[in-house]
Amino acid sequence: MPEGVLEIDRISKRYGEVVALRDMSFDVRAGELFGFVGSNGAGKTTTMRIALGVLAADSGEVRWNGRTVDLDTRRRIGYMPEERGLYPRMRVLDQLVYLAELHGMDTNDAHRSADNWIARLGLRDRRSDEVQRLSLGNQQRVQLAAALVHEPDVLVLDEPFSGLDPVAVDVMSQVLREKASAGVPVVFSSHQLDLVERLCDRVGIVSAGSLVASGTVDELRSGGTPRLVVESPSADWAATLEGVRVVERNGTRCVLELAEGVDDQVVLHAALAAGPVHEFSRQRPSLTELFRNVVTTESRSS
Amino acid sequence: MRSSRAVSLVAKREFVTRVRTKSFLVGTAVIIIVLAGYVVLQSVLFDDQRHSVVGLSGQATQLADPLREKAAAFGVDLETRDVTTVPDAERQVRDGGLDALVTGAPPALKMIVKGYGDEVLTTALNDVLRQQVLVAQLAEAGLSPQQVAQNLANVSVAVTALEPVDPQRGQRLAVGLIVAALLYYSLLVYGTMVAQGVVEEKSSRVVEILLATLRPWQLLLGKVIGLGAVGLLQLLVISVAGLALSSAFDVVDVGALGGAALLTGVLWYLLGFFLYATVFASAASLVSRQEELQSVLTPISMTIIAAFVAGINLMIGDPTGTAVTVLSLLPPFAPILMPGRMALGVVPAWQVLLAVVLALAAVAAITWLGGKVYSNAVLRTGARVKLRDALRS
Repeated sequence: MPEGVLEIDRISKRYGEVVALRDMSFDVRAGELFGFVGSNGAGKTTTMRIALGVLAADSGEVRWNGRTVDLDTRRRIGYMPEERGLYPRMRVLDQLVYLAELHGMDTNDAHRSADNWIARLGLRDRRSDEVQRLSLGNQQRVQLAAALVHEPDVLVLDEPFSGLDPVAVDVMSQVLREKASAGVPVVFSSHQLDLVERLCDRVGIVSAGSLVASGTVDELRSGGTPRLVVESPSADWAATLEGVRVVERNGTRCVLELAEGVDDQVVLHAALAAGPVHEFSRQRPSLTELFRNVVTTESRSS
Repeated sequence: MRSSRAVSLVAKREFVTRVRTKSFLVGTAVIIIVLAGYVVLQSVLFDDQRHSVVGLSGQATQLADPLREKAAAFGVDLETRDVTTVPDAERQVRDGGLDALVTGAPPALKMIVKGYGDEVLTTALNDVLRQQVLVAQLAEAGLSPQQVAQNLANVSVAVTALEPVDPQRGQRLAVGLIVAALLYYSLLVYGTMVAQGVVEEKSSRVVEILLATLRPWQLLLGKVIGLGAVGLLQLLVISVAGLALSSAFDVVDVGALGGAALLTGVLWYLLGFFLYATVFASAASLVSRQEELQSVLTPISMTIIAAFVAGINLMIGDPTGTAVTVLSLLPPFAPILMPGRMALGVVPAWQVLLAVVLALAAVAAITWLGGKVYSNAVLRTGARVKLRDALRS
């Protein structure tokens, strides 16, 4: 039995004629931060809502520790919906205590935990204020506290970083890291790819309702056609090499794309034979480039 | 976590949040103040009618005792004052210090009043004068006035009522109307509150977090129970205050009548609230914003208003009529009309029982249907959900 793993197994969902999800599958292991990226309408929110039982899937299932997720296991998930939701006229502390109790904590533990998260997220002065009187940033902090207050075993966060100031982004990142290192699988979606790249152990790219790429950031970046950046006085030598194509040329710098099986050492020798080489490196695409690449090829093929 | 704990957590939140609001405290206080004002006004009006002050001058003073007795027989608490100077006393009549001034020697008495002569007073005075004349003439004729009076007293017509009128009918009607009005108010106000609560959760999207840990029916039931308890609390506070006030000011003879009305009122409040609150909640779950709420609630509010207005008019006219009897048996109207008719004491037991059974059946059906609509619609935000769609899926 997979211990501490959240599995999304071939989930499909359609709204009338529109296919929202098509065999969406991935898993998040214990202690792992999984970043979920994709353009708007790709199916990230739908996936998360299905995982939380807020929506029903047409087929497929969500498992936690090898068992299908039901209402009892769902109580152990911390959830932050994309559309933030709290009672506007309820006080911060009352709200958190209430949510902790709803997730199965007894009243004393609920108070203790709510106080703890209020302090950790810097909301101590605001604990007796109604949520609607808080600034947007502070409302976000309360929302995070609401997802964490029952000490969940799994975290599912939809766009947790949107609308946060840089300080809050740091607090949020730190909290997520900490939760992951405590063995909690954490899934979150985000449009801030640099943040995902920095923070996540693994990344899944979603397009048109299915996962089109997933892996560690390094794996993703080193995948695809290998490219080399070479700086040397001329690039005429490269055109003569078998399986090498000049993609881009900018003064003395050029970007080469290698066909499968071409040894980069052969290329280096050829370059040195032609003249002095000031730079020779493997070009790794950023997550943003990868993302753009995946999404555009996907939309072209569909 | 057991369902009962989930439901009670939701109910507790609804109750505590609502009872703490200013609108609840102020609303309850205002109703009690209005009630108190009404009771005080009633008792002042009653007192005014029953209490008169009459000035007696000269030989008229000897009429004080028989006049007071006679007035008491008519239900007027008469106070007599002997006056020495007539012009002074006339001024007092003008100022309102005296209701009337009686001068002259019997049997040629004169009564001075400000505007209209008090009818009871005039009749009492005439009776007393006639009696005195009668006594004098009987004595002249050699008959014993006491004997004649005794013989007269023994003569009376024997009345047999085919449909005896309840001497408490007026009070019963008042209690019945008050019960119906309170139930009307509670159902409408607290039903609307349930609807607003549902939309608040929908528009603030908190429902998505809640439904990740609660089943829709638990949330719905908790909300209905919590707000229902707030309504019940207000109903009880108002009723107890009303009963205490009216017995303190002696307006309505409460006791058994008021107690029984309170009990049936509570029973019908519970039945009516479960019936209407579920309908209110499922209607509210179809929309996503408070502004759209009015349009889905109007048909429901109209039913309650119609039950109240039509029912009250029929009830005052003839509480045993066919129309009001049939209406008071039907679940949508029963919670307002039946307790009103029960307070009037005109409902046979079988009708009460039938109405309760029908209401329970309706509650069961509505809870099932409303729960379905609510579960299907509560997470659909955006455009208004069509009732047909909510029922189908």
